[in-house]
Order: sequence, then C-alpha cells, then structure tokens
Amino acid sequence: MNQIYIQALTGGILIGLSAVMMLWLHGRIAGISGIVYGLLDHPKGDTAWRATFLIGLLAGGVVVSQIIAVSVVPREGFSNTLLLSAGLLVGIGTRVGGGCTSGHGVCGIARLSKRSLLATMVFMLSGITTVFVGRHLLGVL
Amino acid sequence: MVNLVLILLAGTLFGSGLVISHMVEPQRIIGFLDITGEWDPTLAFVMTGALAVTLPTFRLILRQTKPALASEFRLPTKTKPDPRLIIGAAIFGVGWGLAGYCPGPALTALSLGWQEPGWMVVGMLAGGWLARRFT
Repeated sequence: MNQIYIQALTGGILIGLSAVMMLWLHGRIAGISGIVYGLLDHPKGDTAWRATFLIGLLAGGVVVSQIIAVSVVPREGFSNTLLLSAGLLVGIGTRVGGGCTSGHGVCGIARLSKRSLLATMVFMLSGITTVFVGRHLLGVL
Repeated sequence: MVNLVLILLAGTLFGSGLVISHMVEPQRIIGFLDITGEWDPTLAFVMTGALAVTLPTFRLILRQTKPALASEFRLPTKTKPDPRLIIGAAIFGVGWGLAGYCPGPALTALSLGWQEPGWMVVGMLAGGWLARRFT
C-alpha cells in the first residue's frame, strides 16, 4: 500500500485514541470547533482544559513535523482573501451546525448520533459540490 | 493537574494524527472532495482509522455511569436533526471545499509556520463569533 495511506490510517488511529481519551477520562467530545468556541464564550471554570487541549494540538504538529519529520507540503500562491472568506464560512457553519469533521464526523458517528451522521453527509456533499463548481465549472480552485 | 497533563497528551495525539495523516495539506482535502476529478482517498483512510478506534470503544465507554476522571459525561443534548444543523453543515462544507481546511487541521497547521492557516483561523474565529452574536 502507498506510504501516504499507511500514514493516513496511522494518523486516523491517533485521532481516534485522542477522542477515546477525552470521552473515557473527561467525558468530553473531542470536537475541535466546539472546544474553540467554548473558549470564545469563556464560561467560568471551563477554559483551562480547552486551552490545554489546543496547546497540545499545536505541540503535536511541532512534534511530528520537527522530530518525527513527516514531510508535509504547504500550498503556494492561494488567495488570502479566499482563505479568509472560507474561514468565515467554516466558522459560521460549524457554530450554527454544532460541529465539524471531528465532533460530528469522528465522535458523533461513533456515538451513533443521527444528527452527526446527517451533518457529516451534508458537509461532505456541500464540499463536493463546492469543489465541483469551483474547480470544474469556474476553474478557480 | 494530572487531568490537564492527560488532556495535553490527548491534544498532542490529535495534532500528531492530523500531521502524520497529511490532513494539514489542503490540496489533499480538495482532492478528496473532487470526486469527478483525480480523487485523493487519503481522508477516507484517516476516517477509517479514527472510526475503527472510536466506534467500538465509545459504546463501551458510554455504558459507564461516569467518565474515569470527571463527574459526568458532557454530551450534546439535542438528538433530532433540525434546520440549523443542516444549514450550518452546508455552510461549513462550502468553506471546507473552498480552502481545504476544517478547524482541526487549520489550527494544527499554525504550528508548521505556514501563512495559509493563519488567515483561515482568523476567518474561522470571526465567523464563530458572528454566528454566536447574530443567530
């Protein structure tokens, strides 16, 4: 099997283990958008674990790219305006829809949540449509 | 304190997973969503790996009355789909398809010293804040 797919499977297992740790030990869903928005809303006594988890997220990036030296390639020449607009949509969408790829996709489906299964199908379909229009009809992606 | 160390470890595992699996490379996400072009199945392997761990274990964990180190499970309370869920997920999908970043990879990629995820995260925080304020 292609090395990338082995890395993808390994990475997925690590993400799954992280989600298991959060639920088993702390009773929390490892949904990244939810963890971040909890910090924005700063409910009392609920911020330390969120900030700690996010620091870990970045630390994980450093560990893998610098120490384990898995080579990941940045994209060049992509529009900053498009990134900012896409970020805005991701922010609005994950807040309104109550989750992202991790919260709905990895954790929600594992809880056999109907809402999460539906949300995952909707954002996949919406993403597929966006790429089809953006790449194949408009030729901008 | 022990709890926070374990949470740091969980976050580190998550971030490591996102980089090892190449999910911080937006071109792979767009490639995955490009089912009529040159399809890139990487994300499918990531989801398979993650769900292979979470699907069987979540069932066992949720049979317990409480988590190992906390007083109660804090799970989403809504169980039925509603229009907000569908509209939100659809909007998220558009942003995801446009740039190729969802929240986890965008945040994690900040640690790689790239410029792209910075713009993405600023937009995301603004969007999350706006949606809270106006919806």
